[in-house]
Amino acid sequence: MALRVARQVLVFAVFLVLVGLAYTGYKAFGQAIDDEQVDWLVIGSILPRTDDLTMPPVTDILSELGETPRGEDQVFAGFLLDEGLFTLREAAVGFLAGAILGLAIAILLARSQLLEQGLLPYVIASQTVPLIAIAPIVVVWGRKNVDFFPWEWQDWMSVSIIATYLTFFPVAVNGLRGLQSPRPENMELMESYAASWRQTLWRLRLPAAVPYLFAAFKIAATASVVGAIVGEISAGVEGGLGRRILLEAQRYTTGPERLYASVLGAAVLGIVVFLIVTAVERLVLGHQRREAVT
Amino acid sequence: MSELAVEVREASKIFNRGKANEVHALDTIDLSIGASEFVTLIGPSGCGKSTLLRLIASLTPPTSGSVAVNGKPAEKARLDKDYGMAFQRAGLFDWRTVAKNIELPLELMGWNRSDRRARAEEMLALVKLPEFADHHPAELSGGMQQRVAIARSLSFNPSLLLMDEPFGALDEMTREHMQTELLRIWEDTETTVVFVTHSIPEAVFLSTSVVVMSARPGRIASVIEVDLGRRDDMTREDPAFFEKVTEVREALRAVEA
Repeated sequence: MALRVARQVLVFAVFLVLVGLAYTGYKAFGQAIDDEQVDWLVIGSILPRTDDLTMPPVTDILSELGETPRGEDQVFAGFLLDEGLFTLREAAVGFLAGAILGLAIAILLARSQLLEQGLLPYVIASQTVPLIAIAPIVVVWGRKNVDFFPWEWQDWMSVSIIATYLTFFPVAVNGLRGLQSPRPENMELMESYAASWRQTLWRLRLPAAVPYLFAAFKIAATASVVGAIVGEISAGVEGGLGRRILLEAQRYTTGPERLYASVLGAAVLGIVVFLIVTAVERLVLGHQRREAVT
Repeated sequence: MSELAVEVREASKIFNRGKANEVHALDTIDLSIGASEFVTLIGPSGCGKSTLLRLIASLTPPTSGSVAVNGKPAEKARLDKDYGMAFQRAGLFDWRTVAKNIELPLELMGWNRSDRRARAEEMLALVKLPEFADHHPAELSGGMQQRVAIARSLSFNPSLLLMDEPFGALDEMTREHMQTELLRIWEDTETTVVFVTHSIPEAVFLSTSVVVMSARPGRIASVIEVDLGRRDDMTREDPAFFEKVTEVREALRAVEA
């Protein structure tokens, strides 16, 4: 199992290297066009520019990670790590809340066809509201109205709610499909035992839904990171990767490689949560991979 | 025969009644099955043999008429867990081990853990798979899975076993082997069996009586009593066996014509 996870890490590492190579290759191509000047004018004006301000070299981006920004006491990668963990917390809380909410909705919709037909359109409609539009509202609500919790409401919790908004949906939709996935004869079997709805849920529907849920969790985990970063940016919450990206975008001209490095950090965070879900899936569903005795 | 295991009285089943796709699946079926009998339902596809089995199982209600199991309405019998059921697909839960699959009905009936495990092991011995208790279904061949399904259906000692083409997906050799096994289990447990099949030799080999059904609407065309005594692999080459096979085949031809 550890081997499979290691293999997946390797796949992502190779992927990042390939992206780096493509980036560098394109940059070299663009520079060659710039040097030629004449014949390439048309294409040269269509293609995005490849100078060092637009596309800082990969080596600069990577070496920036090890540099200490002026007036600070730790390297840039250290800042990204702290901010990544901050964003990870928002994303993780949002993911958990979204998974629970999504599963609850899936169970509710699986309960009756009437509920499914009546409520599913609203679940889908909820996703048509742009995340960026609701993010500031959620943060304002969090600051003003939430005082019924025993703990003090903090802005990052609002960002978690924004992440929840993105994560519950795939879990609800896939979970519903999973809960409806048992074959008719398996449902009839439970019926022949006069099993209650709850017994059928625990012993048949939920276990049958697990592979579907993990497919959803993989989408939801990466979506929760997206939700957290976008939430931070559009709500102006301090402390995470989203805020860092916004900040580096504002002072882009003085250090473009810092923005690229920050985006790289966000990508790595997405990969990490994906790998965590995959590892847990392997742990839970390992028994379904055994080979048949024939 | 003091009490009937199954008593179907003037039962009809119409699907999608009053709609364009209305299907008259069963028409005024009368069928009595005594305790410890082994009855097969055979007929062309669409004759409603599976529907009749589901009526007995109370998985679907009759449109008219009545179905009684062990002298009570079929639904009451289902709620009382009077019967076990096996399907064409073994339908094991692949996330549960073989033993846990057999324990499923016992769990639902509130048996405690050690009793469940003991019974599962007993049943695995009965179907001759004692060493597979902790394997997962995916590791078993089709025939082995079907044996586990039979063990599951018998684990709580139901007085009635309902089987819907349980060997339909198996190859011929495995199938004959399973038939012999099933007869042995039937003799050991004295369970009443209602068995749906579309194989004539299977019906003749297994049954005490073969119910031949006709299609559209599903009716009982004839009931052929079979008495081959104790059956083993030699029975399959017995002239008396062939005679009955011919009799059932002719009854089926008459139905299809």
